[in-house]
Order: sequence, then C-alpha cells, then structure tokens
Amino acid sequence: MQKPTWKSTLKGYLYLLPALLILIVFSIYPIIKSFLMSFYTDYDFFNDTVNAYGFENFTKLFQDPNFITALKNTGIFVIGVVPLSIIISLAIAVLLNSKIKLSGFFRTIYFLPFVTSVVAVAIVWSWIFHSDYGLLNYALGLFGIDPINWLTNPTYAMPALIILSIWKGLGFNIIIFLAGLQNIGNQYYLAAKVDGASAWYRFKHITLPLLSPTMFFVSIISIINAFKVFDEIFALFNGRPGPANSALTVVYYVYQKFYEEWEFGLASAAAFVLFIIIFLFTIIQLIVGKKFVHYN
Amino acid sequence: MRKEALSKGTIYVLLSLGAILMLLPFVWMISTSLKAPNEVMAMPPVWIPSEWQFENYSSASEAAPFGTYFFNSIIVTVLTTIGELLTTILAAYAFSRINFHGKGVVFAVLLGTMMVPGEMLLIPNFVTVSNLGWIDSYEGLVIPWIASIFSIFLLRQYFFSVPQELSYAAKVDGCSDFKFLWYVMVPLAKPALITIALLKIIGSWNAFLWPLIVTNSQELRTLPVGLSAFTTEAGIKYELLMAASTMVILPMLLLFFVMQKYVISGVARSGLKG
Repeated sequence: MQKPTWKSTLKGYLYLLPALLILIVFSIYPIIKSFLMSFYTDYDFFNDTVNAYGFENFTKLFQDPNFITALKNTGIFVIGVVPLSIIISLAIAVLLNSKIKLSGFFRTIYFLPFVTSVVAVAIVWSWIFHSDYGLLNYALGLFGIDPINWLTNPTYAMPALIILSIWKGLGFNIIIFLAGLQNIGNQYYLAAKVDGASAWYRFKHITLPLLSPTMFFVSIISIINAFKVFDEIFALFNGRPGPANSALTVVYYVYQKFYEEWEFGLASAAAFVLFIIIFLFTIIQLIVGKKFVHYN
Repeated sequence: MRKEALSKGTIYVLLSLGAILMLLPFVWMISTSLKAPNEVMAMPPVWIPSEWQFENYSSASEAAPFGTYFFNSIIVTVLTTIGELLTTILAAYAFSRINFHGKGVVFAVLLGTMMVPGEMLLIPNFVTVSNLGWIDSYEGLVIPWIASIFSIFLLRQYFFSVPQELSYAAKVDGCSDFKFLWYVMVPLAKPALITIALLKIIGSWNAFLWPLIVTNSQELRTLPVGLSAFTTEAGIKYELLMAASTMVILPMLLLFFVMQKYVISGVARSGLKG
C-alpha cells in the first residue's frame, strides 16, 4: 500500500466520517462524560448545569447498604451462573462434536434461546416459576417436593434468576466451544487411541489442554456478561429487583438511582465501579490469557 | 479400537433430554397462548389445548396496542440495520484499503472503547439524547445505534481477504474508489454483511433498556418495552401474556431457522476475536 498523503488522509476520514461521528458522540464522549459525571455532586439535569464536584458520590455509594447488597448479589449471580453454565455447555459441545448425525439439528435447538428477547423469555419463565400453577413446581411435586415460592421468597429469587440465565446463555457458549473443539487436530486423538488411551484420559489430556484458550475466553465473556445482568431481573420480577432486593444487581442499582431517583452523580459513580470491575477482567484476559493458556 | 466412553445411543438420549429442556419453555408458551382461561390453571398441566383459542392473540392486541409496538420494532430494526451497514461498509473500507495519517491511533482508540460496557454509556447518552430533543422519538431509538465497532472490525477482516490486485486492476480501468467499493467489495463481502445485518436485527429487535428509558409514550414503545408494560396491564391473564410473548419471540425464531448458518458463523467469529 502507498504511503499516506494528505489527499489519501482526507479521503480516509471522509469514508470514516459517518461511523466516527456516531461513535464519538455516543461511545467515546460518553465514556469521558460518564467518568466526569461520577464526580457531579450537585447536578441540575433540566438545565444541564453542574453546581459542585467532589468525591462524595463514591463515599456515599459504599455507605449505601443497597449498593453493598447489589455488589454481593452480583457476585453470587456470577458464581451461580458461570461455572455451571461452562460445565454444562462444554459437556453438550463435546457430545455434539462426537460425529453423530443430527448434530446440526441439536445445535440449532440449544441455540434458540440466544436469539429470543430476554424480556419475553423471562416472562415465560415467570409463568413456569408460578408458585401455584407453574410447571416447575408441578414437576417438583411429582418427586414429593412442596411448592416453592420462586419469585416471592427472597431465598429462591436468585436461584430462579440463575436457572433462567443459564438456559438463555447456554447456546452461545456451546457454539464457541464447538468452534474450539473443531480446531483440535484429529491426529492427537488417533495417536492416543493407538496408544490405548481411554476416552476420559483423552478428554483430560488432549481436549482440555488444547481447549484452554477457548475455555478462558468463554469464562471471561461469561463473567463480564453476568456482571451486566439487568433485563432478566426487570422482566422476571415485574419491574422490581426481586423480593426484598434479593435480585438487586449493580446495573439494576444504576437504573434505580438514575431513572427512578434521578441521582445522576451517584448512578454514574456506580456505573464507574462496574466499569472498573469489568476492565480488570478484560485486563486479566489480555495478560493471563497470553501467558499461561496452552495455545496450539 | 477401544470402546468409546459413551455409546451413540447414550449420546442421543442425553442430547435429546437436554433439547427437550431447552424447548420446553417455548412449547409451554405456545401451548398456554392457545388455551381457554380454565385450562391455563389446570393441574396436572394440559399440554395440548382441547380447543385452540386463536382469539387470545387478537384479545392481547386489543388489550394493548401491540400493532403499534410491532410497527415501531420493525421501523427501529430496519433503520438501525441499514444505518449500521452503511457506516460499517465505509469505515471498513477506509481501514482496509486507504492509507491515511492517524489510522493506527484511530483504530486503537476504537478497539479500546469496545472494552467499555454499554451500561456505562447509558446515563450520558440519555443526557445527550434529551439535549437533542430526541426523547420519545425514532431518532433517539435509532441514531445512537447505527455504528458498531465490532461490525467494522469484522468487515475489515473480510475486506483484507479480497486480493489487492483487484483494486489495482480496477484503478487501471479508471474505476473510482467509491465505485470499486460498491460494485466489487460489497458484493464480495455479502456473507459477512448478512452476518452483521442478522446480528444487528436480533440485537435491536430484542433491545430493552435503551428503548425503556428513551420512550415515555405508548406510541413509541418497541415490542419488548410494550410487553414488559403489558405484564402489569394484563394482570393474571397468562394466556394473553403468553400470546403477546409469542408475538415478540416468533419472528426471531423464524428468521434464525432460515438464516442460522450466518448467525452461528457470526457468533463463532465473535468468539475468535478473543
């Protein structure tokens, strides 16, 4: 390619202009603005004027028991969803990869929830979780288990949310794992089979190590996505963060402070904390991923 | 050869059980949406309605303006998709075929912003959109979403795979850059463009938080926002609620069945970027 000239530079930016205009206004500027807003302690939204700046939002945030609850719940949600979802989706991906007919058909079915509206499927699940007429309690009743108030008992609200989220996200992980599995050369398995290695031995010593970059990627993406959960909660608990704040997460807290209470500074500070957490995981992915994960 | 850990039969049984669990909510949704009120609450559950109540769908549409929501969702989805395709094609061309000052820096900054969660942009974008007077308007629903760094990145990779010789040949023939992009690159990149469009269609059809905060009136609600409001309006009429949910879910399921090859390849590629 030729060296850049002023003429080619002009042309380059002309082509970039539409995308750049939108991205600067709605992606880059808000990043800076969001950071600044978290220091607004006295903000008049209607005139878009700031009367005072300071660190108070952050001190207020960490003194707010609701924010601490939100952090805790988000943590529980991440721990509840990510490992289970990875184990289940890896198992399904390995089964799908075992050269059976209908593999494509099964893959389609497992992927279906991914293309559907979170709000709509959460409403369907809230009907399944219904304490008196729900399908789940009926199924549990067949095993002699008493009906559970999934959506109204604070103890069970989080498990209900976790079940829905695992079901919804499984397909995505399966597709990524399948792509990873298909990248593993068949020669390893053939060699191992010649040596008489058992299926479990092959899985442990060939599949798992060679799949580790994919595994790592799926883990980080799942963690990041789990930190951002909102739509599911809003729809599952009908516009409330679960009974007794039992499903109040960080993004839900941001939504409450911002949209229900108009506390723009506090909401921005909470969003900034979320960003820091997610940023740390992204950095871990970039650094640790390159160093310790077994690449082909 | 050694025996496999699981027989083919076991694999089929396990996969089928999993598939049933995945499908059950959809089947239950459609089944409930076609039931008479007395069968909805029946215990043990009735799977196939004794009489199919298709009028539940029209009743739901009468109880809330789902026609309007549907129309809004289509308008917003179509406009954001076309907008994103246009900005993406132009930007990807600049990044893959034109050499300009500051290209590396601009590209790095854009990639860097991909790390920022969208939720963090919500509040300042809400302020921007209100200052522009776009609350409760199609502009507010569409314009912030007509450019995507991920799509630019994806298409740029695809454009790189088009042989450079093609553009030399086109230049010799006196073809302008823009014509070359439009008549050579775009048709060649069709699979990538279809993938980008489908991911966008699915994303904007299902989008919830942004339309929720930038719309106030019923007239501008998209389907997910309207459906969410309907849960309060419908009360305990689950047959209507499930009919409404089916209306939201079904178009994307059908689209996916027809175009799944492109959707899945796009998702798999999003995994490879890591």
